[in-house]
Amino acid sequence: MELTGADIFVRCLADEGVEHVFGYPGGAALHIYDALYRQDKVKHILVRHEQGAAHAADGYARATGRPGVVLVTSGPGVTNTITGIATAYMDSIPLVVFSGQVATSLIGDDAFQEVDAVGISRPCVKHNFLVKDVKDLAATIKKAFYIASTGRPGPVLVDIPKDVTAHKCEYEYPRTVSMRSYSPVTDGDPAQIHQAVDLMLSAKRPMIYTGGGIVLGEASAALTELVRLLGYPCTNTLMGLGAYPATDPLFVGMLGMHGTYEANMAMHECDVLIGIGARFDDRVTGDLNKFCPHARIIHVDVDPSSISKNVPAAIPVVGASGPVINEMIRLIKASDRKPDKEALVAWWKQIGQWRAMNCLEYDRESQLIKPQYVVETLYDITGGDAYITSDVGQHQMWAAQYYKFDKPRRWINSGGLGTMGFGLPAAMGVKLAFPDATVACITGEASIQMCLQELSTCKQYDLPVKIVNLNNRYMGMVRQWQEFFYDRRYSHSYMDALPDFVKLTEAYGHIGFKIEKPGDVEGALKEAFAMKDRLVFLDFITDQTENVYPMIAAGKGQHEMHLKPCKAVVPTDRELA
Amino acid sequence: MRHTISMLLENESGALSRVAGLFSARGYNIESLTVAPTEDETLSRLTLVTSGSEDVIEQITKQLNKLVDVVKLVDLTEGQHIEREMLLIKVNAGGATRDEIRRAVDKHQARILDESETTCTIELTGTSDTLDAFVTAVSRAGIIEVVRSGVSGIARGENSLRV
Ligand SMILES: Cc1cc2nc3c(=O)[nH]c(=O)nc-3n(C[C@H](O)[C@H](O)[C@H](O)COP(=O)(O)OP(=O)(O)OC[C@H]3O[C@@H](n4cnc5c(N)ncnc54)[C@H](O)[C@@H]3O)c2cc1C
Ligand SMILES: Cc1ncc(C[n+]2csc(CCOP(=O)(O)OP(=O)(O)O)c2C)c(N)n1
Ligand SMILES: [Mg+2]
Repeated sequence: MELTGADIFVRCLADEGVEHVFGYPGGAALHIYDALYRQDKVKHILVRHEQGAAHAADGYARATGRPGVVLVTSGPGVTNTITGIATAYMDSIPLVVFSGQVATSLIGDDAFQEVDAVGISRPCVKHNFLVKDVKDLAATIKKAFYIASTGRPGPVLVDIPKDVTAHKCEYEYPRTVSMRSYSPVTDGDPAQIHQAVDLMLSAKRPMIYTGGGIVLGEASAALTELVRLLGYPCTNTLMGLGAYPATDPLFVGMLGMHGTYEANMAMHECDVLIGIGARFDDRVTGDLNKFCPHARIIHVDVDPSSISKNVPAAIPVVGASGPVINEMIRLIKASDRKPDKEALVAWWKQIGQWRAMNCLEYDRESQLIKPQYVVETLYDITGGDAYITSDVGQHQMWAAQYYKFDKPRRWINSGGLGTMGFGLPAAMGVKLAFPDATVACITGEASIQMCLQELSTCKQYDLPVKIVNLNNRYMGMVRQWQEFFYDRRYSHSYMDALPDFVKLTEAYGHIGFKIEKPGDVEGALKEAFAMKDRLVFLDFITDQTENVYPMIAAGKGQHEMHLKPCKAVVPTDRELA
Repeated sequence: MRHTISMLLENESGALSRVAGLFSARGYNIESLTVAPTEDETLSRLTLVTSGSEDVIEQITKQLNKLVDVVKLVDLTEGQHIEREMLLIKVNAGGATRDEIRRAVDKHQARILDESETTCTIELTGTSDTLDAFVTAVSRAGIIEVVRSGVSGIARGENSLRV
């Protein structure tokens, strides 16, 4: 039987196993919305802003590992998703974004709500398509899901003109795809892996540096086995947190700009660096000339263009993290050589000394609420088992430093693009995927205002996430840089005229708490998290002079960390009033 | 160093803009670019000339290979290969300069395609250096227009770029 493009679209999603679509209707997408209305397999979540749809689908994808799906109309609908698409692109998150387009006969005419969606999204998608014929629709959708979720994952946009959704053809969803121009690798080259293992076993001061590629490749269990087999120290990037259990003694914390002293010093002093699924980002390496000066570098990545992009690798291995790590484990077990025990004892002793610096210590006696204390208490109350999304700023770093993630896909944040506004819609996506899980968004009073409208979506679909607002009345991260690098000229970083978040949340039909004393932190968190079926917004009025430490200033080497807070040099609310 | 990179591209709308967009987005150099369909109409052959350090060239080829529309790619500079470019040039040819131009045309084995009272339009195919030399040789006469095709290239001997 012949179906319309709109019906084919919905059938394709169902056949692809898509359960949820995040979207917002409009003229060019109305045939599709009509088809959605007439079925009950695919659930549509109506967001309040298309950026929210993209972030929600992204959060859904990060938590589940399955592609997130977005549906928007042409013109402003699709332009509103661009920030969300770029966010997913930078962190290699699988998304499939469908945008309505004006009818094929009108393309190029500056028609109503026409925008070149394929052109606008091109620099921030893994691939995109314009479907010009209904006969190509099903195959294109199949390809979109395939491309988004294989190899190095990423967002794919499919632009569908309105007439294509009205035209009819026979429907058959392709069972397989093969594309002559796209064939992602999985297994690494055996000879390269052999060499890598040889070098790993010859190390005196080894370091294992892993990132988002472990999470994306579902390789946490394999990594954990490898690290324990070798007894080597392991660090994770911001994107890799949870890939190796943070409470394990072999874990030395996050590395990079706001990483731990021990992780960064071990990077600086190591003689063999084993990088797997991490892309040597500038927030990690600092000054490239000072990066790992003593190390021979092994780099495993599924994307050849990640290897030797910023730092040349002595032994490159192109392959997926899981299969490559498993092959490494097999070779190590089969080898007569063992890690150098004596050298390792000395190395761990050295790392122990760095650890003893206690770089994450903070003032626990303060009369003001310390943001670190809120995150630590949140960790305790949720048993370390919550899904934590975050926005961007100081609160994001404190979340990363003080919530010890033992499992992958629990820490959901925008690392590469650093998109304020990500946290709340992402939390929505996670809660939808895992309705029974505890989901909290750690945010700041500036970030939360960027996608606040999604509180309404949370109400409509009953998504009782918890919002932990570390309210320092500043764009804290901006203020910190101004304090350090601009002679304390706090240009436009003070958040004036803040709304009453409690009333605001109540206006959306949720519950709000304002917490002003350290002694009330635990009680408030307990009370909020006990309310399983309500969204609670916790507005913590925190010490606004607090900075994120350790810190490696831009352009410095990994061993050149700022450690201890200097004295408070920030005007407080009272002085500003 | 200068590199000539040749690739087979899906003959689809948008494929060329992906290649061009990659170069501008990542700040790579593009000296010339030619593209046309092949005997297999689903494929285009694109040749581009770029320059940069070895690291940059390595990134360029990796990034190009990553584009979903790129089916196959070769850096021709890595092996023995042939490069050709075509020039169409219109020069002033009034009075005595016409003889001078004819001599240059003969010497470079170029071809006069069209003549008017005051102008002469010439075609020359060769390496980019040959074209440069010819342009210099006739420049005294006064150049009116230069049209160059950009470089296309192919490997020597048995090596080939096919799907
Ligand atoms: C305010 C702020 C501060 C920040 N501070 C820090 C900091 O202190 N420390 C820090 O680490 N980051 C920090 N970041 C994040 C930073 O910008 C980068 O996003 C992050 O370092 C990149 O992590 P990654 O290297 O794990 O790469 P990702 O972006 O996660 O990329 C994953 C890599 O793995 C590869 N890959 C994907 N799938 C697979 C697979 N199956 N097998 C193998 N490889 C695969 C990909 O090709 C890619 O190279 C900060 C961000 C912000 C916004
Ligand atoms: C959309 C967007 N605009 C601007 C920035 C730059 N920026 C990074 S952190 C930050 C301040 C965040 O303030 P807040 O949410 O209050 O978090 P805090 O740092 O105070 O914890 C800004 C403006 C950004 N990352 N994203
Ligand atoms: Mg703030």
